[in-house]
Amino acid sequence: MLEVVSTPVLLDVSHVSQSYRKGSGEEGPPILDDVSMTLKEGEIVGLLGRSGCGKSTLLRIIAGLAKPTAGEVDFQGQPVAGPVQGVAMVFQSFALYPWLSVLDNVELGLRAQGEAPEETRKRALAAIDLIGLDGYESAYPKELSGGMRQRVGFARALVVDPKILLMDEPFSALDVLTAETLRTDLLELWSEGRMPIKSILMVTHNIEEAVLMCDRILVLASNPGRIASEIKVTLRHPRDRLDAEFRQLVELIYAQMTQRPAPKAAGREGGLAGAGLAMELPRVSTNSLAGLLEELAAPPYNGRADLPHLADALQLEIDDLFPLAETLQLLRFAELEEGDMKLTPAGKRFVEADIDQRKKMFGDHLLANVPLAARIKRVLDERPSHRAPATRFRDEIEDYMSEDYAERTLRAVINLGRYGELFAYDENAQAFSLENPQ
Amino acid sequence: MTRLETIASVGRRALPNHWDVLALGAILAGLVAIVNAFHGMNGPLPAANQPALDLSYWSLPYYALRTVLRMFAALFFSFVFTFTYATMAAKSRRLEIVLIPILDILQSVPILGFLSFTVTFFLGLFPGSVLGGECAAIFAIFTSQAWNMAFSFYQSLRTVPRDLDEVSRGFRLTGWQKFWQLEAPFAVPGLIWNTMMSMSGGWFFVVASEAITVGDTTVTLPGVGSYIAAANDQGRWDAIIAAVVTMAVVILIYDQLLFRPVIAWAGKFRVETTASQVVEQSWALNILQRTHWLRSAYLPLVAALRSAALWRIGAPASFRRRQSAPSSAASRLLDATWIAAVVAAALWALWTVVRYVGTELSWDDALNVVGLTCITLLRVVILMALASAVWVPVSVWIGLRPPIAERVQPLAQFLAAFPVNLLFGGAVSIVLAFNLNPDIWLSLLIVFGTQWYIVFNVIAGASAFPNDLREAAASFHVRGWQWWKNVILPGVLPYYFTGAITASGGSWNASIVAEYVKWKDHTVTAHGVGAYIAEATEKGDFPKIVLGVAVMSVFVTLFNRLFWRQLYAYAERRLRL
Repeated sequence: MLEVVSTPVLLDVSHVSQSYRKGSGEEGPPILDDVSMTLKEGEIVGLLGRSGCGKSTLLRIIAGLAKPTAGEVDFQGQPVAGPVQGVAMVFQSFALYPWLSVLDNVELGLRAQGEAPEETRKRALAAIDLIGLDGYESAYPKELSGGMRQRVGFARALVVDPKILLMDEPFSALDVLTAETLRTDLLELWSEGRMPIKSILMVTHNIEEAVLMCDRILVLASNPGRIASEIKVTLRHPRDRLDAEFRQLVELIYAQMTQRPAPKAAGREGGLAGAGLAMELPRVSTNSLAGLLEELAAPPYNGRADLPHLADALQLEIDDLFPLAETLQLLRFAELEEGDMKLTPAGKRFVEADIDQRKKMFGDHLLANVPLAARIKRVLDERPSHRAPATRFRDEIEDYMSEDYAERTLRAVINLGRYGELFAYDENAQAFSLENPQ
Repeated sequence: MTRLETIASVGRRALPNHWDVLALGAILAGLVAIVNAFHGMNGPLPAANQPALDLSYWSLPYYALRTVLRMFAALFFSFVFTFTYATMAAKSRRLEIVLIPILDILQSVPILGFLSFTVTFFLGLFPGSVLGGECAAIFAIFTSQAWNMAFSFYQSLRTVPRDLDEVSRGFRLTGWQKFWQLEAPFAVPGLIWNTMMSMSGGWFFVVASEAITVGDTTVTLPGVGSYIAAANDQGRWDAIIAAVVTMAVVILIYDQLLFRPVIAWAGKFRVETTASQVVEQSWALNILQRTHWLRSAYLPLVAALRSAALWRIGAPASFRRRQSAPSSAASRLLDATWIAAVVAAALWALWTVVRYVGTELSWDDALNVVGLTCITLLRVVILMALASAVWVPVSVWIGLRPPIAERVQPLAQFLAAFPVNLLFGGAVSIVLAFNLNPDIWLSLLIVFGTQWYIVFNVIAGASAFPNDLREAAASFHVRGWQWWKNVILPGVLPYYFTGAITASGGSWNASIVAEYVKWKDHTVTAHGVGAYIAEATEKGDFPKIVLGVAVMSVFVTLFNRLFWRQLYAYAERRLRL
């Protein structure tokens, strides 16, 4: 860790791209676009990005679990063509086999390779001991708390003596206290060199977690996933979250991740005019939108808030906060700049309005700023029956995005449109209409 | 048991399509081929030297044992079939195209209609030996279990959670290792549930298949079913009662020593994040797991099996199969060729069937059978409606009272497993004695055994109904019909459909036995396709059997697809709590 200069490269990812595959087998829209990175001995590297930016896909390609449509991954100079020995993975969902006891789960990898039972047992017990699971050997995963389950996940990965440990959001399914304990324990083992691993690659959407653990953070941008920037973290372990330098880094990353995309790629997130139907919408709750505006308007923020603070105060992960913030920006109720969120005059009026006025304003802003909503409304107005099937719009937006995104976008616009009273939607008939039940 | 268990086959796409027609053709052609091959070759079937059946009570335990052995032999073959057929269907895209529609149709074909074909086939295989009859009986039970089990297993294989799959691939488990470490255990809860439900249904078939007449050949296998058939012939009430009691004891033992322990054991294979609220209990399993000497007896066996499960057979899977399915031109050409070959074979098979039936039967016969099937359909629909009208309110009432439900639930499951065809002879004697209209009163027999599926599923649904929803309804004074319509019925509907689908399938099968019943030297028949098939079977008139089975299969398939599955899908989508 101290000597970064001459350390050998363990993993080399060069020009990797990945696309959705449609049902027919054709290539769909890209998930990852020309991603290159390396992993050297002795470092912890973080892949930081929002949900849907392809970071987990990249991790699976590196693990040999998925095949890239283009590009190559080399592990210790050998191309990866399937799961390789020397790489082990820890999962967000723990992925323990519920029918195997803790000990059997940990032994699985070794026994599958035909290791002798005695040797397997010895090594498994050592790993269990190392990770602090003593006494739980005969328990079944169902009996354990989330934190203990993830410890089993770590023991299972470490027991096969991997060179690289891949971690897919390993702490995000845990409560705050448990996650912090596990992070600290892992960093301690890492700093003291008690684990066999040479380096760690972790996927996360938690900015503070990345700054706390990583030596290098690769920030991924979405749609298609690509590496937007690389940030080196040179703070010494154990790092202090309250340290000024730490805070500065966190602020910097927040600012980068909420930056308006360059004009060329505009539309999706910026919501600039002309973006048209290609605009993806995240699924957010209208109550949360209103709540966030109110929070923003009230002291101590008084119309302007620092995003990291806001996230902390509201206990929101970036995957919760960013979609809200961006939807508000899209609807021109708020603006994002330099990692800050600012209420617009319209946003102020919204907060002061009563519930009917709010819905009216919301509907107007939706029509003005979300082309898909405007399109649905216009089609319904034009048709004599004032009804239109959802497939009509789904097909239209699927020209611009994958089926999953199209579905999500449609769901989001239904939700927003219902709140703004622009149109009604009948789930059974899968159709939009203008009238509400009398 | 308050968990909603799904029937393996009903979650699937619903509307019949061209594959179903092709599959039906292939299946019927297979039957015709069997009959042609053996029936034509041997002339009248050689009857085996069968020992006369002894109606003394002391022989009953032995007969019961024989019946049970048949059951387990069939179970063994069902597992072998499930592990191979379902695995092939799940692992190969091309085989899947063929295997799954066939399975789907096989499920809807009335199993008892098969009996005449299989008896012919097996007697031809083992001329002059009881073995042929045994095989036919075992095969009949097999056909009542295997399809459902295979479906369940296939669906589990296709829905292995992605992260668990990634772990096994990450550790480079071979195909064999992955099957036993991940796929088979993951499939256990669904497979076991479906197996146990099929076994409950299987008692009906084992009884029906022990004494059967095809043309001039009568096969009588020692067992409770043939015992009761003999008792019916002689009109001996005491023997009937003795056999019914014996069967009740056997089912009770099966329920306590097999059904419950195995279901409780299967609980540990559930993939769920939190410990389950509902834990199935079994005193037998507790004893097995807690006594020392028993444990030390079976643990070495368990250890041996486990190391066998870790043999490195096969190659580790590399990239995800379905994702990297080759889409090259060559592969697509191969696909097209394969599909063309399958379609051609199926069409040829369909044509063979039509020609075979056409040699002796005319369109009038076909119309007649369609008419008869409509009668049977009407019968099934009315009886199911009646049974529902009676049992849904009762079951809801029971289900909402946990102390009563706890006692009634095992009873309902027991009754569902009990082979009611044991009672048919006795029931018919009453029809005869009071000179009742068989078209009406024989109909009751159709739901005699199957109504219990509705009962225990609805009880389960009502027990699982959330308490807060009940309290909300009470606090808003929702009562009477509104309470049924808006509160409880939507809540139990998914459960009701699960039970009703099983009951409906069972009722079609029962019609073959129930519309044509013998008592002493009387034969009481009702109008319907069931009686048509049963009569043709007795006469050994194979074209008629093929026609009857074919029409019935088409009706059952359409009835399931257009009615039950639509309703079930609706309930799943809208009413799942």
